Amino acid sequence: MKNSMRLLGAGALLVTLGLAGCEKPPVEVVQRGYRGTGMEQVINPGTFKESVAANQAPDAIPAVPASGPKAKDVYQNVQVLGDLSAGEFNRLMAAITEWVSPEEGCTYCHGMEGFAADDKYTKKVARVMIAMTQRANEEWGEKHTAPTGVTCYTCHRGQPVPEYVWTEDPGPKMAAALAKHPTGQNIATPAVGYTSLPYDPFTPYLEGDADIRMAGDTALPTGNRKSIKQTEWTYSLMMHFSQSLGVNCTYCHNSRAFANWEQSPPTRLKAWHGIRMVREMNNDYIGDTVDYLPDTRKGPMGDPLKLACNTCHQGAYKPLYGAPMLKDYPNLATQSAGSKQLISASASTESMATGATGGGE
Amino acid sequence: MSMLSFERKYRVRGGTLLGGDLFDFWVGPFYVGFFGVTTIFFSVVGTALILYGAAMGPTWNVWQISIAPPDLSYGLGLAPLMEGGLWQIITLCAIGAFSSWALREVEISRKLGMGLHVPFAFAVAIFAYIALVVIRPFLLGAWGHGFPYGILSHLDWVSNVGYQYLHFHYNPAHMLAVSFFFTTTLALSMHGSLILAVTNPGEDDPVVKTGEHENTFFRDDVGYSIGALGIHRLGLFLALSAGFWSAVCIILSGPFWTRGWPEWWNWWLELPVWS
Repeated sequence: MKNSMRLLGAGALLVTLGLAGCEKPPVEVVQRGYRGTGMEQVINPGTFKESVAANQAPDAIPAVPASGPKAKDVYQNVQVLGDLSAGEFNRLMAAITEWVSPEEGCTYCHGMEGFAADDKYTKKVARVMIAMTQRANEEWGEKHTAPTGVTCYTCHRGQPVPEYVWTEDPGPKMAAALAKHPTGQNIATPAVGYTSLPYDPFTPYLEGDADIRMAGDTALPTGNRKSIKQTEWTYSLMMHFSQSLGVNCTYCHNSRAFANWEQSPPTRLKAWHGIRMVREMNNDYIGDTVDYLPDTRKGPMGDPLKLACNTCHQGAYKPLYGAPMLKDYPNLATQSAGSKQLISASASTESMATGATGGGE
Repeated sequence: MSMLSFERKYRVRGGTLLGGDLFDFWVGPFYVGFFGVTTIFFSVVGTALILYGAAMGPTWNVWQISIAPPDLSYGLGLAPLMEGGLWQIITLCAIGAFSSWALREVEISRKLGMGLHVPFAFAVAIFAYIALVVIRPFLLGAWGHGFPYGILSHLDWVSNVGYQYLHFHYNPAHMLAVSFFFTTTLALSMHGSLILAVTNPGEDDPVVKTGEHENTFFRDDVGYSIGALGIHRLGLFLALSAGFWSAVCIILSGPFWTRGWPEWWNWWLELPVWS
């Protein structure tokens, strides 16, 4: 009797310890496919509530008339937003200050030499970022960003540097000899969902355009030379998607046939375009700022701080859970003539080509 | 019909749990009993309903026939017959048939005057099934969390539910279950080959060997022999543990963990020793 009580106690202790690392029911599950297929999102209501609270859009600044003298006629050196009315222009400047540098204020970008001067690198970067935002909304709207849309706040959230950015990761310093090459693996980082998968999925896929698709398209191995190693790189990117959007694999894939488009939810198409959008932003917009960025805004390999999925999404399947901020700031919805001019013609045609045909997935 | 040597002991009246002497008879070599009747009832009804569902479905391709559970929106209520209600009744029939069979095993064990090891072992398998279609759906709040009854469709369900937690191999209970499955297979193969070897001696020494030889072989081979009785206890433990931890690993996934399983292991990274 005494022994069985002890056994029971030990069992109860084990169960308690085992569950201590877990969550507690009830949970919420959203069905996203035919019944019984397991196409479901599993949500912890408590964690979700925190995430919703952390992803709230700020109140819009009251709109001003689009009539009146244009900004380019009133102010000097207005390259991208020149066609706005002076009132709209000032409203947008106030919004950007609130979104990006609420504590630092106007002087975060505008220096001693006056508002028109380009003496601070931050101002030059801001100009590129506005052009990038406009392109994200116009060129990538149907493909990825509509109807939520992108504003500066989508990434910045009141900080001069968005919280989730990346630079090329050289990895930890390893001992010599056999231990020297962990092949980019086995560091538990949030970027790859704490798996043992390669810890820098960004450089090859969100800057470079390495092949993401690994599965062959024939039943028998007829020449597909993709390796397990390459597949693990793909999986590390997929882990990043999952972490960034707060979703599981079935949000975009039916795992019975990952590569098959007919069986995939439409969200996968959004993601496909998203990859190409981020590549374009990293190469043609952020990539160009490297010439005037200070070292503090670069990674250990000298590359600028770049975008990934979590830069906008921040744990939400739609940034800010779909709050349509853009409709209050229509000046960010289309590319101005200056915005198009800003990006060198060669760079944007090149990336438009890869956007249409790049990769095989 | 002739009887096997142990059947004389088995074919005794009594030991029934329900029905007294009413069902305490044999049909040919088969004991009937109250639970034999209920087993037949539930399995015939359940199978007939599966065939009915297949007939109402889009295909007779045996690989593709599938009886799917209800939409999650029905929660823990009843669904219309063609929208998951069939699955609910078939699930009831399956649990009825499996439990009846286990209880019939209990009656036979009582007739034989032996322990309840066999029905207990089968009960662990039934528990694993009930964990999938009753316990976990109940904890998640909808019968729709059960798996569909179809050869390929249930595999698709397993795959997608696994990927709901990003990488199921990081599930600690799944790790235990898989290890036990492999170990029980290893133990069975080692034990089976040993028995085949001692009962089939070579031409040089045609005498069938016994426990001493068995023990000596494994002491020479791996330094230890658990013994003739011990291997059967070990085998039972390994096999039941595999089924038990399988049930635990799926009950944990969802009701007690909503994120990727790799992330669960952060408790290790966060131990105060180094964090």
